[in-house]
Amino acid sequence: MTTSTPPVSATPVRADVSSRAHKLRKQLSNPWASLAAIVIALLWTIPTIGLLITSFRPEADIRRNGWWNVFGDPNFTLANYEQAMFGSQTSLATYFVNTLVITLPAVVIPISIALLAAYAFAWIDFRGRDFLFVAVFALQIVPIQVTLIPLLSQYNVWGLSGSFWPVWLSHSMFALPLAIFLLHNFMKDVPPSLIEAARVDGAGHVKIFFRVLLPLLVPAIASFAIFQFLWVWNDLLVALTFAGGRPNVAPLTVRIAEMVGTRGSDWFLLSAGAFISMIVPVIVFLGLQRYFVRGLLAGSVKG
Amino acid sequence: MRNSAMRPRAPPLSPFRPDAWHHNSEVWVSWDYVGYYIGWLFGEIRTFLLVANTPGQKIVLAIVVIALFVGVMALLLWLVDRPRNPRGWLVASVFAGPALLLIGFGLVYPALRTTYSSFYDRTSANFVGWDNYVRAFSESEFQIVLRNTALWVFIVPIVATAIGLVYAVLVDRTRFEKFAKTLVFMPMAISMVGASIIWKFVYDHRQASSPQTGLINQVLVWIGLEPQQFLLMQPWNNLFLIAVMIWIQTGFAMTILSASIRAIPDDIIEAARLDGLSGVSMFRYITVPSIRPALIVVVTTIAMATLKVFDIVRTMTAGNFGTSVVANEFYTQSFRYNDKGLGATLAVILFVLVIPLVIYNVRQMRKVEEIR
Repeated sequence: MTTSTPPVSATPVRADVSSRAHKLRKQLSNPWASLAAIVIALLWTIPTIGLLITSFRPEADIRRNGWWNVFGDPNFTLANYEQAMFGSQTSLATYFVNTLVITLPAVVIPISIALLAAYAFAWIDFRGRDFLFVAVFALQIVPIQVTLIPLLSQYNVWGLSGSFWPVWLSHSMFALPLAIFLLHNFMKDVPPSLIEAARVDGAGHVKIFFRVLLPLLVPAIASFAIFQFLWVWNDLLVALTFAGGRPNVAPLTVRIAEMVGTRGSDWFLLSAGAFISMIVPVIVFLGLQRYFVRGLLAGSVKG
Repeated sequence: MRNSAMRPRAPPLSPFRPDAWHHNSEVWVSWDYVGYYIGWLFGEIRTFLLVANTPGQKIVLAIVVIALFVGVMALLLWLVDRPRNPRGWLVASVFAGPALLLIGFGLVYPALRTTYSSFYDRTSANFVGWDNYVRAFSESEFQIVLRNTALWVFIVPIVATAIGLVYAVLVDRTRFEKFAKTLVFMPMAISMVGASIIWKFVYDHRQASSPQTGLINQVLVWIGLEPQQFLLMQPWNNLFLIAVMIWIQTGFAMTILSASIRAIPDDIIEAARLDGLSGVSMFRYITVPSIRPALIVVVTTIAMATLKVFDIVRTMTAGNFGTSVVANEFYTQSFRYNDKGLGATLAVILFVLVIPLVIYNVRQMRKVEEIR
């Protein structure tokens, strides 16, 4: 599933190159096709670029006119970011830490638990295994809305409200069905002869899991970890339900969504705030895009 | 690190203050103290795990929790591996048990509980039968919500898939393929809250007399039209919210479809070319039929995501001006109006609407698998 690198070596297959060049020429020579591609690409980037430019403009300029005026009158500042991060009314720095503290355990915990469960479903024989696996698979369809209110009251009974635990636990639980399903598929792709060989050598399940399977699964784990990271970092609903209105635990998304409601016309704060919340996922995404795409393909097409 | 309010109150008689012992020197070793200190220790651990106020404390807490979790799991695995031939069910329950427990507690029990609540009134005190469902389908307010949800679920998957497919074909095997794909893919990495802010700014409206700050209104002014309040124009404002979801989901469609276009065997394309097909007819008669199962998977997957969309509506209009959808209305009823019964009903409706999509999706996935 790795993307094929274009043939740049000394003696590539001739037919391949000529058909590619042929195709390339044909597509680029069709002006309508190129135009359509450019229009789509612009529609998908200009809104973001507009807000990005706005976030670096002085507040007075933002109120006076649109971001496109920046090309005639370039005038930039970091004041918006400073105020959004540390200003007493927004103090996004606090929420940034909250997001980070929510995200790390909410990625590590479900992946560890799902890895073990996926191993059990793939390579341990026990009664009711197939039934349980189908049940876990089917539970992917439960929309999280269905679970929120009963969970909220249960956390209250346990005295967990106001801490990070409701958010950590909820994200972990919601991630499990998909994580188990995906990792199980990857584990099933490992040749049974490898497992058999280890078993003949006297290795138990724990040893097989750590010595044989885990090293082979690193790319699969990376794919799911990126998914879960982006999902938790960007989540609004779970955070709003279990941490909403608590500055001590609420993440960036909750605070920024709240700012849209209360300070909807302060674009100097909203634009900077939006990019403060986006910078980490965008870096992770660009750096690990290959794994992300692989996970996407495994999850939706390979099944 | 703990502040003074969390220190233990001095015990009735401290073992660390020998000057106080002579009052009743036999007492201090009694079990009361052991119990007291165990209790204090647990209290302290509990406080540490539940209360974190400064950034430093929070980060330490996150690291400790991860370490604690990994430690407990490692201990369990080590224990189960000790005996020479551990029993099968024991190994299986250590491996699969934690996941099954969490799923049972976090998904199965709440889903049943919510279904139960949907037949009770707003405080979950009195049984009301199907009343909540009748309300959700008959009151005009909720009929608008259902109409909007239907609009979203029809428009987003079809438009996002169509644009994603066309774009994938257009940039396939061009020099800028990778860069061009990243541009369209990028919105998938940012939060829906962020995307909503980006688009809210595009739709921003000012009085016609002052310079516009929103791009679309500026374009309207440039071509000589009046600026519009896009988020207030009922019912068209729904389409402007839907555009945001299309903007996010197109990258997904493009990625999946691009991969399946590459998987079309070369000889099929070659044969079609020899038959004189090219351009649009190649797309129409070869590309689309070859990737049909993948197309259906993409459409249903996006439809499922769209059905549960909440962040966009919540951030852009909070469901006002006739833009609410089921997932947003669930939140409003449950948490703003505290109507547990109606909230539960809306959640169950969401659940029921998802089921046919999932079944269809799984069937198509199987087909895609068979073809490979």
